Amino acid sequence: MTSVLARRRNRIDDLGGRSLSADALIRLRRNPVAIVGAVIIGLFVLVSIFAPLIAPHDAAAVFPELQRNLRPDSIPGAQPGFPLGSDQNGRDFFSRLILASRQTLIVGVLATLIGLVLGVVIGALAGAFGGWVDTVLMRVTDVLLSIPSLLLAISIAALAAQPSQTTVIIAVALVNVPIFARLLRGSMLAQRESDHVLAATSLGVKRSAIVIRHMLPNAMGPVIVQATLTLATSILDAAALSFLGLGDGDPARAEWGLMLANAQAYLDVRPALAFYPAIAIILVALGFTLLGEALREALDPKGRR
Amino acid sequence: MRALLEVEDLTVAFTRRGEPDSVAVDGVSFDVQPGEIVGLVGESGCGKSVTSLAIMRLLPERGNRVTGSVRMEGESLLDLSDAGMRERRGRDLSMIFQDPLSSLNPVIPVGLQVTEVLTRHRGLKKDAARREAADLLDRVGIPDPRRRLDSYPHQLSGGMRQRALIAIALACTPRLLIADEPTTALDVTIQAQILDLLKQLVAETGTALVMITHDLGVVAGLCDRVNVLYGGRIVERAERHELFRAPRHPYTHGLLGSIPRLDGPPGEELTAIRGSVNDNLPWTAACAFAPRCPRALEVCTASTPEVEEHDGRLLRCFNPVEGS
Amino acid sequence: MLRFIVRRLIQVVPTLLLLSVLIFAWLRSLPGGPAAALLGDKATPEKIAELNTVLGLDQPIPVQYVKFLGRALTGDFGNSLITGQPVTAEIARALPATIELSIAALLIAVVLGIPLGYVAARYRGRPLDTATVIGTLVGVAVPVFFLGYLLKQWFAVDLGWFPPSGRQAVDIDATHVTGFAILDGLVTREFDASWDAIVHLVLPAIALATIPLAVIVRITRASVLDVMGSDFVRTANSKGLAPSTVRERHVLRNALLPVSTTIGLQTGLLLAGAVLTEKVFVWGGLGTLLADAITRRDYPRLQAVVLLGALVYVLVNLLVDLSYALIDPRVRVR
Repeated sequence: MTSVLARRRNRIDDLGGRSLSADALIRLRRNPVAIVGAVIIGLFVLVSIFAPLIAPHDAAAVFPELQRNLRPDSIPGAQPGFPLGSDQNGRDFFSRLILASRQTLIVGVLATLIGLVLGVVIGALAGAFGGWVDTVLMRVTDVLLSIPSLLLAISIAALAAQPSQTTVIIAVALVNVPIFARLLRGSMLAQRESDHVLAATSLGVKRSAIVIRHMLPNAMGPVIVQATLTLATSILDAAALSFLGLGDGDPARAEWGLMLANAQAYLDVRPALAFYPAIAIILVALGFTLLGEALREALDPKGRR
Repeated sequence: MRALLEVEDLTVAFTRRGEPDSVAVDGVSFDVQPGEIVGLVGESGCGKSVTSLAIMRLLPERGNRVTGSVRMEGESLLDLSDAGMRERRGRDLSMIFQDPLSSLNPVIPVGLQVTEVLTRHRGLKKDAARREAADLLDRVGIPDPRRRLDSYPHQLSGGMRQRALIAIALACTPRLLIADEPTTALDVTIQAQILDLLKQLVAETGTALVMITHDLGVVAGLCDRVNVLYGGRIVERAERHELFRAPRHPYTHGLLGSIPRLDGPPGEELTAIRGSVNDNLPWTAACAFAPRCPRALEVCTASTPEVEEHDGRLLRCFNPVEGS
Repeated sequence: MLRFIVRRLIQVVPTLLLLSVLIFAWLRSLPGGPAAALLGDKATPEKIAELNTVLGLDQPIPVQYVKFLGRALTGDFGNSLITGQPVTAEIARALPATIELSIAALLIAVVLGIPLGYVAARYRGRPLDTATVIGTLVGVAVPVFFLGYLLKQWFAVDLGWFPPSGRQAVDIDATHVTGFAILDGLVTREFDASWDAIVHLVLPAIALATIPLAVIVRITRASVLDVMGSDFVRTANSKGLAPSTVRERHVLRNALLPVSTTIGLQTGLLLAGAVLTEKVFVWGGLGTLLADAITRRDYPRLQAVVLLGALVYVLVNLLVDLSYALIDPRVRVR
């Protein structure tokens, strides 16, 4: 009896899951938007992995030969050994730019991942149980969503006595939680009524098994799309927090948002200090957005014709 | 008498970048006499809806290629300008669709959706159009028509919505009405009412009707002549009684065998057509129906059957069912 | 309709209550405890004890919450740590500046966004459409404050077309009536003051409008495409209606439903964007107030501005819901 059930269950999974994702992958590979996005993100990840090998110097190292030439109205430009010249503190700008990719990736990924995990758990609980659990969780989620995200991030970040990279990550992650919770709950609710879940229920499959084996996998498509898009907004939000003075106070830390924020004061003197990190952020955010949009298109069953 | 509508060698191919064209309608020819009711029958995917949209020129602007000719009262519809075609649509020929809810604009009152076609083609002023619209709703059997003018589509029942769509389509007494599965989305009891209404209205106004359906039951009660489509081509055409008395094409035969008959012998078994449209062979080198056909011969998978005329009926088959 | 409005209004109440609970919890978790945080540099053990009594922090938590709620309802959020003035008064002074900026930005986004989105959908797949879509994707990827600085550097510092910062030139002697600089100029017939305010408004409004503009264009495009493929538009075409009738009566009316929701959502984001834009252009509105509050850890101010932001967001979306009911008859019955 169990084996029949199991086989049937697998068949349901096959129909819902595999063929859809295989289909999506094919469509993704044909989509130029996806390819551009993937190339940008691929480069970004590669650079951040090999950053210490690419960067000639340490991010925090101050070079006397650069520092000597720092003036209020001029910052040394490119010269032998320093391909992009100095930053406002006499450090190698190129090395900092390369090494910062890693920190930015960490901020983006952690803020998204923490938000995703918490959000998925909350959304799954609400969607699976319904009733008062759902009501309470979703009320709180709605209220959190009713605070503009940057204001919420500011409020959370401001709770820390000493702002640091960790507080930035936590603030942005908590802002992401309600987004994922809502998304997952909506998907779970829609599925609770759907035929394959009804079928599984009528076969006597346990509720926990239904949630984990049938409902969660099917809800993952939209969650992955949202996560990809959230990677972009998380990096942008973190940059905004840095700009408002809620970023890491350590001047030695190299992170694009922080570099961009700190360079605003030197825009007349050496715009490159702002331009390079800004372009890096824009490209990465664009890359994630393109990938996310392409994923959304690929996973949309309406596009399956 | 000159035919009202002559469709000749109509072919619709959907074009997609990076993929070969897919032919949905493949050289379809038929005609409709004034006031006649003609059926276009086949299962989903056989090209019957695409045919009707091609006649109305309502296919999407891009992504398809229409060839052949469609003549109405001698004038080629496919060669008309966009504006010229717009002049004719709703006035000379009109159409009703399968899903009455999604076919009505949800955010404007039903009345406006009736009057706008009156003001457009008959130049009626607002008040006159409203009076006329109420008349129309009354004629299609909508109770309390004056009040219903201000209702929104979601406030009407499915049957009422389809009645409203029929009122819109017949507002300018067109000479041709195309009905694309008009009863499929409705309850069985309502289906019969709508069919009766259509039959009565086209008889009153002298409008010719092209009835598109997958349901032979609909055809049986309504149509003068029937075209059976398979895989984008006409496989059999006959006068209604002839077709039902002695279906010759194995596909038609199968269709008739798969519906229960009140006048059949007790205990008669229903037969289903095996397989699905997905099994089709390309018409270019075979009979598309061959893989599903109980009477298939070797020749059926080796060459294309051509249309032949047998005792006043059209047939595309190498091994037709014997007529009685 | 009236019943719908009332019901929708009642639905807002629990949201606001829950919001107050969250803010209360936030206050309780401020570093060093609320009293110390609210006093800032002036915190001495005696003052902390004193404030604890005033705020009722020595009482049980439910009592504290009720007291907090009472103060919030009467608009008492304490005094700013920076200026020592009541926060509510500060906000009242700064509000017109932010409203002016937000309305200008929203106008730009809506007036450009809807036609652009429609045209892109109409010419789907053509170069114009592709360029628009790419533009919207880049638009949301640019950090707002960086864009602000760019605009300022190019059009104010380098080209000198617009003033780099502030709401009004220092040498303009404008009479203040409402606090809305443009309106004041019109009311008092000091048209030069109005013009000056408009010139100051251009760059910050453009910077703030970018993201909402990009979002509105995308939603409009998607929505128009969706509606153009719908059955009822096919019906409209089968009636032979004039293209302009099909476009305005059938396509746009339906396509604008999701757009109106988006506009509501964007208003909330405008407030957040205003924080960044105002800091760049030294605008002197709520955003500047908030930005200063962050750097100086002015918690009373922070609390009030965040609460106000959430409140405005909730109310704007309520308005959007109500206007939705005006356009879409299906909503009213539910």
